[in-house]
Amino acid sequence: MFEKALVGTRRYYGVLGFLLLLSGIGFFIYLKQLDFGLGITGMSRDVSWGFYIAQFTYLVGVAASAVMVVLPLYLHDYKAFGRIAILGEFLAVAAVSMCMLFIIVDLGKPSRLFNVLLHPTPNSVLFWDMIVLNGYLFLNIVCGWTVLQAERNEVPPPRWLKPFIYIAIPWAPSIHTVTAFLYAGLPGRGYWLTAIMAPRFLSSAFAAGPALLVLLCLLVRKYTKFDPGREQIQTLAKIVTYAILINVFFFFCEIFTVFYSQIPDHMLHFQYLFAGLEGKGKLVPLMWVSIVGMTITAILLIIPSVRKNETTLAVACAAVIVTTWIDKGMGLITGGFVPNPFEGVTEYFPTMPEALITLGVWAIGFLILTMLYKIAVSVKEEIRA
Amino acid sequence: MSISRRDFLRIAGFSTLFGLGAKSAFEMLAPGELEAKLTPNPKALSAQRWAMVVDMRKLNEQTAEKCIEACHRVHNVPDFEDPIDPKDKIDPEEKIRWEVKWIWKEKYEHAFPGQAEVAIPEKIHKLNFLLLCNHCDNPPCVRVCPTKATWKREDGVVMMDQHRCIGCRYCMAACPYGARSFNWRDPRPFIKGDDESYPTREIGVVEKCNFCAERLAKGQLPACVEVSKGALTVGDLNDAKSKVRELLRTNFTIRRKTQLGSNPQVYYIV
Repeated sequence: MFEKALVGTRRYYGVLGFLLLLSGIGFFIYLKQLDFGLGITGMSRDVSWGFYIAQFTYLVGVAASAVMVVLPLYLHDYKAFGRIAILGEFLAVAAVSMCMLFIIVDLGKPSRLFNVLLHPTPNSVLFWDMIVLNGYLFLNIVCGWTVLQAERNEVPPPRWLKPFIYIAIPWAPSIHTVTAFLYAGLPGRGYWLTAIMAPRFLSSAFAAGPALLVLLCLLVRKYTKFDPGREQIQTLAKIVTYAILINVFFFFCEIFTVFYSQIPDHMLHFQYLFAGLEGKGKLVPLMWVSIVGMTITAILLIIPSVRKNETTLAVACAAVIVTTWIDKGMGLITGGFVPNPFEGVTEYFPTMPEALITLGVWAIGFLILTMLYKIAVSVKEEIRA
Repeated sequence: MSISRRDFLRIAGFSTLFGLGAKSAFEMLAPGELEAKLTPNPKALSAQRWAMVVDMRKLNEQTAEKCIEACHRVHNVPDFEDPIDPKDKIDPEEKIRWEVKWIWKEKYEHAFPGQAEVAIPEKIHKLNFLLLCNHCDNPPCVRVCPTKATWKREDGVVMMDQHRCIGCRYCMAACPYGARSFNWRDPRPFIKGDDESYPTREIGVVEKCNFCAERLAKGQLPACVEVSKGALTVGDLNDAKSKVRELLRTNFTIRRKTQLGSNPQVYYIV
């Protein structure tokens, strides 16, 4: 089946070429980073994780959200999703691949990466994150590929696949839960020290992932002969709506506990993000755009006519993606590190090289996504022909 | 029996994956013996549980500076203010971002945030507290390290293996005391000393105070203690007759962020 990724229209090659160019630029700058060190990024002694880890966190969520397609299909026998399950699974494959790349570009000593396997340390959440992410990648490749192959041969999927499909369902929330536990168990970081971190991660993931999937479905319909289906897109839209509402609700739960208790260790981080501290507040406008935008989008999505019109739905989905991305991809990590353990403020903002390496990783992810989607769509077109 | 190229590749791939995983599983379930055994230097200083007392009454500005200088010299800690070659000069913003420090000064309200009293004595307000790794009894950094590159020795010293560290910086996020530094760039152009008793670091690894483990092993006191004119004292917390216990018995001491449960082992007499 892989050969289907190698032949295509001129536009297909154009997209691949563009993504290759971006990833090439990213790779070139990554070589500079290897040579000079992570000092070419905006990270510092005080804000020791930045853009890379934030993208990783966001994309774990996108990956986990494949379960929002797989679960209704296999546990509720919601047959409509059989048509787009492969799109969810392949999106997960691309997202997990990006997650791993973001971890690697963030390492100070990538050459020693395999020390994690050489000296396995079960008390480290990072060790478990490695296990769940690799496992999830494996499960999605196996399930997606095998089902697609069966579909191509017009036979039912092999029986041995069943356990993998069922394991993949609880595995999806587990990757994002473990990722939340990376942060939520650190004693000195008030912003992250909250039991609602994993639930918040899941709610924003189950909003952002399906929102991205809606946009991808619309693109697939526009540019190929395969129509993911109106009903499918509408059901995804409902999932996005519920998830983003729950996400906003969780955010205000957090705000209540932090500000009613008035504990400075927890409040100061929110004050930095939403008002600024000691006159410093690079992220203030972005954070307001995020939470106000997210709340408005959530309310708009409740209105059936907004959801049913595919143009307004697309805009709303884009807003969900952007606002949750600001929250997780910009605010979450920096907010946890500012103020520092001495209640001092060292700000962080990604540098140009850092942004280009990040863009490069996204480009590799979208390259994988484009090729996988090309395979899936070609198979679907072939069957229907 | 014939085998297609496709099946061969598939089997080879799975065997490799399985082989990689099996090795770690085996090591986890059946940890091996140490490959080499060392005989300790008979002069080595030892303790069941090392601890430090900082007597702020005896610590003046000059002494504090001397402690920092001594520590950073023997451990080849770079001074980004002062490159060997003036061409390597960096701007102040980069200096803040890339700073490496093992022991440093901080005002009361920063050393003990959240504990700033309404009316603290003027003299405490002016004091510069010496901060360093607390060698916690329950260290969060050790808990999170994915490679055991940082670990707690039986005598309580929290160690750091800069040759195993993968530079993930999880320990820096976990440390509630800001005691850890990362090598954001090559530190060597900023290391003036030529002390070869302690290795300089490469790009991309984390480092911190090691309680002068390399000096204790030779029977020497930690470098900062040696030059502190009695302001800094190290000793065995588990030995009721040790000097550290004596100081703790006769003085009121405070520690940083005890509410976090990390059980820091640097005590301050104010």
